[in-house]
Amino acid sequence: MKAIVCVKQVPDTSGKVAYKPDGTLDRASMDVVTNPDDLNALEAALTLKDETGCEVVVISMGPDPAEGMLRELLARGADRAILVSGREFGGSDTFATSQILAAAVNRVGLGPDDIVFCGRQAIDGDTAQVGPQIAEKLHLPQVSYAAEIKKDGNKLTVKRMLEDGFMMLSVETPCLITCIKELNQPRYMNIKGIFECYDKRIERFDYEALKDDPLIETDTIGLKGSPTNVFKAFTPPLKGAGAMLNGDDAAAKLASILAEKHLI
Amino acid sequence: MDFSFTKQQQMAQKMYREFAENEVKPLAKKVDAEEYFPIETVKKMAKLGMMGIYFPKKYGGAGGDVLSYVMAVEEMSKVCATTGVILSAHTSLCAAPIYENGTEEQKMKYLPKLLSGEWLGAFGLTEPGAGTDAQGQQTVAVDAGDHWVLNGSKIFITNAGYADVFIVIAITGQVPDKRGRMTKEISAFIVERTFPGFSVGKPEDKMGIRGSSTCELIFEDCIVPKENMLGAKGRGFQLAMSSLDGGRIGIASQALGIAEGALAETITYTKERKQFGKSIADFQNTQFELAEMKARIDAAKFLVYNAAETKQRAMNGEKIRYSVEAAEAKLIASRTASDVTRRCLQLFGGYGYTRDYPIERMMRDAKITEIYEGTSEVQMMVISGAILR
Repeated sequence: MKAIVCVKQVPDTSGKVAYKPDGTLDRASMDVVTNPDDLNALEAALTLKDETGCEVVVISMGPDPAEGMLRELLARGADRAILVSGREFGGSDTFATSQILAAAVNRVGLGPDDIVFCGRQAIDGDTAQVGPQIAEKLHLPQVSYAAEIKKDGNKLTVKRMLEDGFMMLSVETPCLITCIKELNQPRYMNIKGIFECYDKRIERFDYEALKDDPLIETDTIGLKGSPTNVFKAFTPPLKGAGAMLNGDDAAAKLASILAEKHLI
Repeated sequence: MDFSFTKQQQMAQKMYREFAENEVKPLAKKVDAEEYFPIETVKKMAKLGMMGIYFPKKYGGAGGDVLSYVMAVEEMSKVCATTGVILSAHTSLCAAPIYENGTEEQKMKYLPKLLSGEWLGAFGLTEPGAGTDAQGQQTVAVDAGDHWVLNGSKIFITNAGYADVFIVIAITGQVPDKRGRMTKEISAFIVERTFPGFSVGKPEDKMGIRGSSTCELIFEDCIVPKENMLGAKGRGFQLAMSSLDGGRIGIASQALGIAEGALAETITYTKERKQFGKSIADFQNTQFELAEMKARIDAAKFLVYNAAETKQRAMNGEKIRYSVEAAEAKLIASRTASDVTRRCLQLFGGYGYTRDYPIERMMRDAKITEIYEGTSEVQMMVISGAILR
C-alpha cells in the first residue's frame, strides 16, 4: 500500500515578491517554501503511514533546488522522494503539469489500495486545478477540499468542505484527495529524519524516464502543451486597513459611517 | 576553521525555529508567571528526537552532533530560557555522563528511555555546604554488601520535580592522597526516582527560569543497587567535573539564546516605538546600542559553537579536552546575556519594566547563567588554571 503525495515548491509570500521583465514571477530571487496545503497532504499520508505502515512517496516537479524541499519532506517522515525535472517540462501550465505528474504517478505504479494526496492549491497560482486534473488523467475517483478522512478497508469517508457547508462522500481506493489546512496539523521535521535524509537518494524522473507514457507527447507538456500563458503578474494594491467597531453602539456607529459616505 | 553549518544543521535550525515559535513561545509567559513546568513541551520535544540529539541510534539517540544539540538549546532559550535549561540539564548532565562513563549494561538500561524522552534526567552535585567548593560533599554512600545506602541531601537540582533518573555524587570512603593525608573518596551513582529512601523536596522560589523545577533531593537510607555505581569507585569528582564541562556548553547556549531573543525583541520594539516624532531606532544611541550588542552576541556565539565543535572532536575519538573552551564560552555568553538583556530593557524604557513585554523576564532569566553549573568565577579559575599551569 502506498500514499503518493504531490508537492510543489513555491515562493514564500511572506517575503518579497519579484518579477521578471516579461511579467512572470522571478522565482530564483525569491525565498521558497513547501506549498502550505501540500504539507497537509503529506500529513494525511503520514497519518495513514502511522496507522497502516504504508509507504509514503513524495513527487515534485520543479527545478533542481526543489531537491532541498524533498529532503525536508523525507525528514518529516516520507520514505521516497522523486524529483520530476527536465528542460522539456519547463513552462508547463496546470494542464501540462498534471499531464507530467500523472505520468510520474504511473511510473511509480498505482496499486488497488493506493491513494494520491495533493494540496488544495498552490499559493503562487491559486488555481486548484493540478490535483483534479491528475485524477482525471489517471481515471481516478477524486474528492477535493478534504477536511476529514476516515479509512475503513478500501473505503474512505471524506468530509468535503464547500463555501457554505460540507458534503460527506465515500470513495474507494485507488483515488485522489486534495487536502485543505483544516484537515490536520502538519508535523515538524524530526531530528533522526534530518540526519538520515541526506543518506537517502532523491530519485529523478526526467523526460527520458517518462517519455514512453501515453500521456507524454511533445505537444502535451512544457510550453507547447500549455493552453494558458501568463499575460502579466503584478502585486495588487493593498486595500486600506479595516476599522473594528466594538461595544453596544457598534451598529449605530456603523450606520453613521455608512451614512457619512452616502452609502445608505 | 570552518564556520559554516552542514545542510543537516541548517535543516535542524529551521525546525527548531518553527518549533520554538509555535510551541514554546506561546507558553513562555505562563511558564514564568505561574512557575509552570512545560511538561507538554518536553513530550513534544521527545517525539521529535530532541531529547537525545547527539547520541548514537544504537542507544536510541537521533544520531546528530553536538552543535545541532547546542543550536536546539539556543533556539528554545531565545523564546523561553526555562525550556532551554530543561533540555540542557537532561542531555548534558544525565544522558551524557551515562553515555560517556556507563557500562554497556547501564547504557542499554538507561539511555533508550532517556534519549527517547520517556524518562527525564537530572544531576545532583551541589549541597547546602558544597557549592563552588564541590569537594565539600557531605552525602555518603555506604557499601552494604549487595547494595549501597545513601544518606544526605542535594540542593538546587534542575528538573528534580519531574526527573526519573538522577546522577548523584556521594562520598564512598576515605583514601590517602599523594602526600598520604586521608581525603574523601567521591563516587557517582545512577539513582532512579522510585528507589526506596529517595525523595524530592519542594521547589525553590526563584528570580528567573521560574518554570524550571529546582528542588532538593533527599536521601534517607536510600537503597541503590550495586550495579548502579557510574564510572569507577573514587572517580566521581572527575566524572562530575567532566560532565560539567559539557553542561557548561549547554548553559552557554542558553545564555546565547537569551541574549539573541532579547535583541530580536528590542529590534522590533525600537522600530515601532515613536518618540519625538520618529521611531527610536532612528536615534543614533539606539543604533549604537543595537550594533554593539549584536557584535558581542556574535563573539559569544563563536565561542559557544567552538566549544561544541571541540566536544564533537573529543566524541569522535580525538584525545583532546574541552574544559577551557567550555569555560570561555560560558563566561562570555552568560556575561553577554546579562549585559544585553539589561541594555535591551533600557531601550524599552518604562514598558520594558512591565510584565506586558518579555524583556524583564529575559533579564531575570539571564542572571542564573552566570551562577549555575559553575559561577563565572569558577570559569575564570578553570581558564587561569590552564594558562598558568
